[in-house]
Amino acid sequence: MNGYDLAVVGGGPAGLAGAAAAARAGLSVVLLDSGARLGGQYFRHPAEGFHAARPGALHHGFGRFLRLAADVTARADVRLNHRVWSVERGADGVVVRCLAGDREERPVTVTARRLLIATGAYDRSLPFPGWDLPGVLTAGGAQALLKGDLVAAGRRIVVAGTGPFLLPVGAGLAAAGADVLGVYEANPLAAIALRARPLPGKVAEAAAYGLALLRHRVPFRGGVAVVAAHGERELTGVTLAQVDANWRPLRTRTVACDTLAVGYGFVPQLDLPVQLGCATGPGADGGPVVTVDAGMRTSVPGVYAAGESTGIGGAELAELEGLIAGRAVAADLGRRVAPAPALPRRRDRLAAFAAALQRAYPVRDGWHSWLRPGTIVCRCEEVPYSRVAEARRLGARDARAIKLLARPGMGWCQGRVCGHAIASLAGEPPAPPRRPIAQPVRLGDLAAPPDSGTEPGQAPPKEIR
Amino acid sequence: MPDVVVIGAGVVGAACAYYAARAGLDVTVVERGSVAGGTTGAGEGNVLVSDKEPGPELELALLSNRLWRELDAEVGGFEFEAKGGLVVAETDEVLAALTGLARTQRGVEHTAVSAAGLAAYEPHLTRDLAGGVFYPQDAQVQPMLAAARLLRASGARFLPGTEVTGFLTSGGRITGVRTTRGDIPAGAVVNAAGTWGGEVAALAGVDLPVLPRRGFILVTEPLPEPLILHKVYTAAYVTNVASDSSGLETSAVVEGTPSGTVLIGASRERVGFDRTMSVPVLRRLAEQAVALFPALAERKVIRAYCGFRPYCPDHLPVIGPDPRAPGLHHACGHEGAGIGLAPATGRLVAAAITEARDGLAGLPGRDGLADVDPGPFGPARFAAENA
Repeated sequence: MNGYDLAVVGGGPAGLAGAAAAARAGLSVVLLDSGARLGGQYFRHPAEGFHAARPGALHHGFGRFLRLAADVTARADVRLNHRVWSVERGADGVVVRCLAGDREERPVTVTARRLLIATGAYDRSLPFPGWDLPGVLTAGGAQALLKGDLVAAGRRIVVAGTGPFLLPVGAGLAAAGADVLGVYEANPLAAIALRARPLPGKVAEAAAYGLALLRHRVPFRGGVAVVAAHGERELTGVTLAQVDANWRPLRTRTVACDTLAVGYGFVPQLDLPVQLGCATGPGADGGPVVTVDAGMRTSVPGVYAAGESTGIGGAELAELEGLIAGRAVAADLGRRVAPAPALPRRRDRLAAFAAALQRAYPVRDGWHSWLRPGTIVCRCEEVPYSRVAEARRLGARDARAIKLLARPGMGWCQGRVCGHAIASLAGEPPAPPRRPIAQPVRLGDLAAPPDSGTEPGQAPPKEIR
Repeated sequence: MPDVVVIGAGVVGAACAYYAARAGLDVTVVERGSVAGGTTGAGEGNVLVSDKEPGPELELALLSNRLWRELDAEVGGFEFEAKGGLVVAETDEVLAALTGLARTQRGVEHTAVSAAGLAAYEPHLTRDLAGGVFYPQDAQVQPMLAAARLLRASGARFLPGTEVTGFLTSGGRITGVRTTRGDIPAGAVVNAAGTWGGEVAALAGVDLPVLPRRGFILVTEPLPEPLILHKVYTAAYVTNVASDSSGLETSAVVEGTPSGTVLIGASRERVGFDRTMSVPVLRRLAEQAVALFPALAERKVIRAYCGFRPYCPDHLPVIGPDPRAPGLHHACGHEGAGIGLAPATGRLVAAAITEARDGLAGLPGRDGLADVDPGPFGPARFAAENA
């Protein structure tokens, strides 16, 4: 099979580091990313037209990112606005099928001897009454607006959910001039502090954000959750509840606001590794992550994974894993790579930290009690909680049966938003996502002859049986 | 002790439970997964008479078609749509064969449609067709809901997450099942395990040649207004269904659903229980659907799934008591027609169980079954092969 030595999917910290390491070792590398700019979620930054005075003000290590991105752009074939909808193993490598372009979409097929999956993670959402109102957005969504468009998501903002990510979101919004009414962490702070004790670096980071919140007079409270959002056409307020250790409401009060940024941690984006049949195992939160060896090799020969898909761990760990993966690909393809025994050790240490941090912010089942019969649990298919309950009465005992009978997860987002919640309602850990078509693809493009989408100068891909 | 244990809570098992309970029997349903978790959960919900060649399966399909209408009134809640099927032919030669077949399908209502007349049925259909035949009896159900509603309406005791590991026997008779959650003695046992029916039969020491035939389905985004009004398929589907080829066969089968999506089938492959996605198969399905409905080219596919049809070498289901294992009744091997044939299968099985228990034939349990000769579906056909 002709094509590249390595295809990297994802241009965040992991993908960039992997592409750079492999390219520096002499491999031909293509990097595919669905976004318009490199950086992924962590290094999301405004387009040049924004003339941001300090584009890196919202990121740690922005200078290092710029150098890495420049390095990759110089050494590898960077293809932005490429959304991968299918990956398949070929005779001697992988076939990656994408949809390229912004408005004018066209199918593009890329072949490579090796594949590095660095597709990151997305916000984990939980349903509650009113969460589908305009003005309610994920914590990651609020952060993306701030980083990518330099826009604070609203004027009077409540930040809620669980996880260390709430702190930079609250601090960032406050620094951008929004009136942040509070940052509310559902888990009790004492319990978090106890579980996070072995992580001095993280405690220091949290303390810095805490100081920033203090400076803007933003209250930071633990054991408080947003259990309902209110408004006719858009958000006008939320119900805050003091919750017990299992997140069951004890006392409630209502707060007027125009924006709620709510996040319950992150879910690894596993569509592509599952398509290829890569083995997965439970991550620190019980949800599936890709199983990898010390060289970030998955169970499928020729396929590597780095970053959040191997476990939620943040940008620093992701970049390190990308570097390890890129070096492993080069070594596996016979390139000379200087030994660096410290890298896997550092990776193990950071991964252990990340797992402990994730365990410090569990999602408790008490959120089930926030639901009302009419609460929408699947927004794409507009499935109310009552229909999920009816499916269970009809004999649906697992998440798949609930989906078959009541349709949650069958719509546009393919369960990315509601999948965790439905699994939790079914009383089971989330299963690896089966999405054989990872991005919506036009039937006309799917029907196109196999080589019609190949870009000029590239060998036509072979069809795999 | 229940009169009957049904193994499998797919649509066939649910229909067996429903009609057995209606015949006054005490029924327990055991299922290793959840309701509709196997092939039922991967189906399109076809209730077809149009694709059956004259013979015993067509008689079964006609009975089932009537029963689905009854069930819609008695039970309901499973999106029954008497939408009709439009079978189209690309060439005059195929059209002649299609209309010839329609004339021999006794009891099947049909209307020949000229090339010019197709647009009145399906405005978005390609103009490059020789004509077709419209079958008003063809219908559709939401198969998962159908199974769940029938099971619930049966009032049967339902034990999900309960896998059958063996059979209880006494004096050469099957007297119940062994499961992962204990033994369940019963007067009769129904094997409604679908594609896995052969494995269940093997636990009773009998050979049942039920094998998987893989099929993929593409699902589009929900369309704001219906683009496709009937179940539409090409005449090649009929020959593919009856084919003995083990290679890939595809024919366009396209239809809308009440949720606004369009379902696109149908592929047939014998590759065991392999779930690996095959882009070339999806591509062929897309090509054929777009050829039939050019407007679909701009619509997006948002998901795809596969399932395993349970097929027997002679393409007939296995329904009825197994003479090799008295007390065991089969209700499996319906290939791609399990949804459509489920109610008639349930009726036949319920009648056979009550007759076996009472030692009488021709009782009220047979009411309405006179048109259907159960002989061709009998498991005895495999016993004869082995003899």
